Amino acid sequence: MSKDGVIYRVAGPVVTAVGISPRMYDVVYVGNENLMGEVIKIVGDQTIIQVYEETSGVKPGEPVTNTGRPLVAELGPGLLSSVYDGIQRPLPLLRDKTGDFIFRGVTAPGLDREKKWEFNPVVKKGDAVSPGQIIGTVMEGTIEHRIMVPPGLEGKVEDIKSGSFTVEETVAKIGGQDIIMMQKWPVRVPRPVKEKMQPDIPLVTGQRVLDTMFPLAKGGAAAIPGGFGTGKTVTQQQLAKWSDAEIVVYIGCGERGNEMTEVLTEFPALEDPKTGNPLMNRTVLIANTSNMPVAAREASVYTGMTIAEYYRDMGYNVSLMADSTSRWAEAMREISSRLEEMPGEEGYPAYLAGRLSEFYERACRAMSLCGKEGSISVIGAVSPPGGDISEPVSQNTLRIVRVFWALDTKLRERRHFPAINWLTSYSLYNKQLAQWYTDEVAVDFPALREWAMLTLQRESELQEIVQLVGSDALPDEQKATLEVSKMIREIFLQQNAYHPVDTYSPMSRQYVMLKLIRKYADLSAKAVQAGVPLDKFVSIPARQRFIRAKLETNIDAELTAVGEDMDAQFKALGV
Amino acid sequence: MTEVKVSKEYKTISEIAGPLIFVEKTEPVAYDELVSVKLSDGSMKRGKVLDSSDKIVVVQVFEGTTGIDRSASVRFLGETMKMPVSKDMLGRILSGAGDPIDGGPPINPEQRLDITGAAINPWARDSPHDFIQTGISTIDGMNTLVRGQKLPIFSGSGLPHNDLALQIARQAKVRGEHEEFAVVFVAMGITNEEKQTFMKEFERTGALKNAVVFLNLADDPATERIVTPRLGLTTAEYMAFELGMQVLVIMTDMTNYCEALRQVGAAREEVPGRRGYPGYMYTDLAQLYERAGRIKDKKGSITQIPILSMPGDDITHPIPDLSGYITEGQIVMSRDLHRAGIYPPVNVSSSLSRLMGGGTGEGRTRADHKGVSDQLYAAYAEGKDLRGLVAIVGKESLSEKDRKLLDFADLFEDKIVRQGADEDRSIEDTLSIAWDILGALDMEQITRIDRKYIEKYLKKKA
Repeated sequence: MSKDGVIYRVAGPVVTAVGISPRMYDVVYVGNENLMGEVIKIVGDQTIIQVYEETSGVKPGEPVTNTGRPLVAELGPGLLSSVYDGIQRPLPLLRDKTGDFIFRGVTAPGLDREKKWEFNPVVKKGDAVSPGQIIGTVMEGTIEHRIMVPPGLEGKVEDIKSGSFTVEETVAKIGGQDIIMMQKWPVRVPRPVKEKMQPDIPLVTGQRVLDTMFPLAKGGAAAIPGGFGTGKTVTQQQLAKWSDAEIVVYIGCGERGNEMTEVLTEFPALEDPKTGNPLMNRTVLIANTSNMPVAAREASVYTGMTIAEYYRDMGYNVSLMADSTSRWAEAMREISSRLEEMPGEEGYPAYLAGRLSEFYERACRAMSLCGKEGSISVIGAVSPPGGDISEPVSQNTLRIVRVFWALDTKLRERRHFPAINWLTSYSLYNKQLAQWYTDEVAVDFPALREWAMLTLQRESELQEIVQLVGSDALPDEQKATLEVSKMIREIFLQQNAYHPVDTYSPMSRQYVMLKLIRKYADLSAKAVQAGVPLDKFVSIPARQRFIRAKLETNIDAELTAVGEDMDAQFKALGV
Repeated sequence: MTEVKVSKEYKTISEIAGPLIFVEKTEPVAYDELVSVKLSDGSMKRGKVLDSSDKIVVVQVFEGTTGIDRSASVRFLGETMKMPVSKDMLGRILSGAGDPIDGGPPINPEQRLDITGAAINPWARDSPHDFIQTGISTIDGMNTLVRGQKLPIFSGSGLPHNDLALQIARQAKVRGEHEEFAVVFVAMGITNEEKQTFMKEFERTGALKNAVVFLNLADDPATERIVTPRLGLTTAEYMAFELGMQVLVIMTDMTNYCEALRQVGAAREEVPGRRGYPGYMYTDLAQLYERAGRIKDKKGSITQIPILSMPGDDITHPIPDLSGYITEGQIVMSRDLHRAGIYPPVNVSSSLSRLMGGGTGEGRTRADHKGVSDQLYAAYAEGKDLRGLVAIVGKESLSEKDRKLLDFADLFEDKIVRQGADEDRSIEDTLSIAWDILGALDMEQITRIDRKYIEKYLKKKA
């Protein structure tokens, strides 16, 4: 299929070639240095190629080779704990090859070809197998990597082996075809599933404001918008560290180099709270920083999504973070403008909305072809210019996703972290998930949550009055409400990502904390009725102890003690 | 700067538009290749290839196209733009095109480096966590700068950002160790008057001996302005990663750079993005800013302080906006503080250093630093809010606690923010001023600092 052509024109990352007749999105190699590119437009005998690498020094007349296949991801054992660029080249390998800076024209396979994996078959010779069915397993670190029949293939198992193999060695023969452990899948095409399912289990993250107030379902999609400096990245990193998905795919798309370094150095150092192993063992990182080629940035989200789908197909829950989809959209805009396409809103291509929804639609909870249940929960960051979410990327994203965690600059200025605004954020999964909370946390949990939200809502109304007349003008009952909502904000919603204890709050503890605040609210309401002066119960030591309890290593015991203190101290006031 | 092998000469200019010339040619010309243009009066101009196709090449001329006619001759130099670098560059003042303008000898290059630079492999980066002391309280204490960080100053026209830039260039140091420290100062589109001030200041204070200064003036061509920061950063990379120095790059004013970018984009008839700036401005800025950093197993580092003036003080303008997405925080200058006569007028509430967490605390600055800065932020924010309330209800109706917060905000601006243009405060100085003013608050208002530090440092007013 490969036929050689020549370069006709070079303008930045967009190269025009003649003499090849490729299909759309075929991968081609451009120039004497074999720079990787992708066909994005065909006009007559001219082929327009977006090149994934810097093109300076490339001349018209240099050769172009067509590979005859689209951009694929290599899927198989060895993905976990890898660090890739946007087109799945392992960054550590690139460093070995070209040093501290990335020079162009370097190729490196996504999966290690030398490494041997211990393959244990789970089907026998003569079994009939269908597409996606698991034929064997490999231990990939601590995760059981399930080797599946490639989609589209079925038949009788004619031969199946057991033992140590590389990803390219034949482990089985099915329907006349040799099966190796590595699959190649075109990144822009979603992998098939048997059936998509309702997302009705929450993704538990240990972040109080998320789990309790604005939960995301496994298989759902959430957006985190936020002007710069609102703590978006920290929130995303917290999710990667603590959410209860087995596999984490983190796509640093057009992000800062130093931030990526933080991820790259932190992840390997982090201990997985569930297993005690390094968190990296179940993580795939994709790092395409803002100064790396723009076309590879465009491809990076697809590469990450394809890897996520591959693990979902094995029956795992995957959480995928894309930071930031705005940078991805900007890559689309940049390439589109180089192609001199007719721009849509704010210079973004007219197909922006389509691309975004195609991407988020790949998030789902599904019965996979192998008969196991898996999910991909997507958390996409959007970075709207000037923090103004009326711009196209934010708006098109909000039309698709069902959870919105509104990061807020004002809260950041007050050092309220995570700076997620409780009034403007929302989750449309609350109803769907209520059953789970009732069954798994506590019967009164949904009601408690609703009460907390109402109190916060009430606070914002009262604040308006305070702005006008000052807090002294309020009756004690309303002042008490303000005190309670202050506790919800400062004790419950604020969470310190850098504190060893506070960084993760299990559901049970979230419930206890909220319950304690409710207890204070009830007791103070009684105190108001009994005519106890406000200062008296506002300044009880139990409140200070409650605030400090968050940071104590024996937090759960402390919280119990706070409850007892509260009872005793209110009693002393005669309540 | 680059007089190397000479190829065929063309006299085939077909079109001249703005800073661009369109040349017909017969042999292949590389994208980004350097070009020399000989005018009919014998003078020379340089440029580079923006678009190369089979027959026509688009060339962007650095010095502008004034005086070029269709009979000018064009040579393609067969290589992309390089910067000659050497250790002797310290103490030198160069033009925006990299030629010495201080009357000294030409640079004797040890290496010639491609000015575009390559992206640092994220895997090779080392995370930045070494404190750089600028001697400015609002930066060191509240928005700490660390080695390898890029922390821009968002300013406005008429604000003293250049004074602050000079003060930082003068005072910045790496503490405790005997590290070689250097400053690369890149001025883009500055007026002749500013140039005089910069040169005089650098010489007066002796800061020049550890600095390389690039000066691109307001009346230099826009196309040169696009090259200037790349020359500066290439020099910085050489000093940091080849010579092992700690390099601070100060770039002022990025707004002029972006204007130049827009000008060239428009001349190329590109589809414009927001406010007419090119759609690739984000990537273009990233390619400058991301050259800051540290590399594993290398001694040196590049830290950047880009300075930009926000048109109309609008922080949502594309230039500060896109910069903010790439840089690790921002120092914002406030017109209100400036009017109130406070120098440096840093608006602490909207400033942020994203890498502060890693660069402060025990062993880096001082153990109480993080808590103190959080407390100052919180109390100052509350105090500022109360100012609004006081305007409506009067100071008398405030509670005792609120009155203390209100006074605290004034105290904060007067003691922490305000400092002299030659006042070089160590981090200990800054923290001790902070504890002084925290003494004006009630004990129970100090909630963000660990008890043990309160006991150790807080001096209650009798």
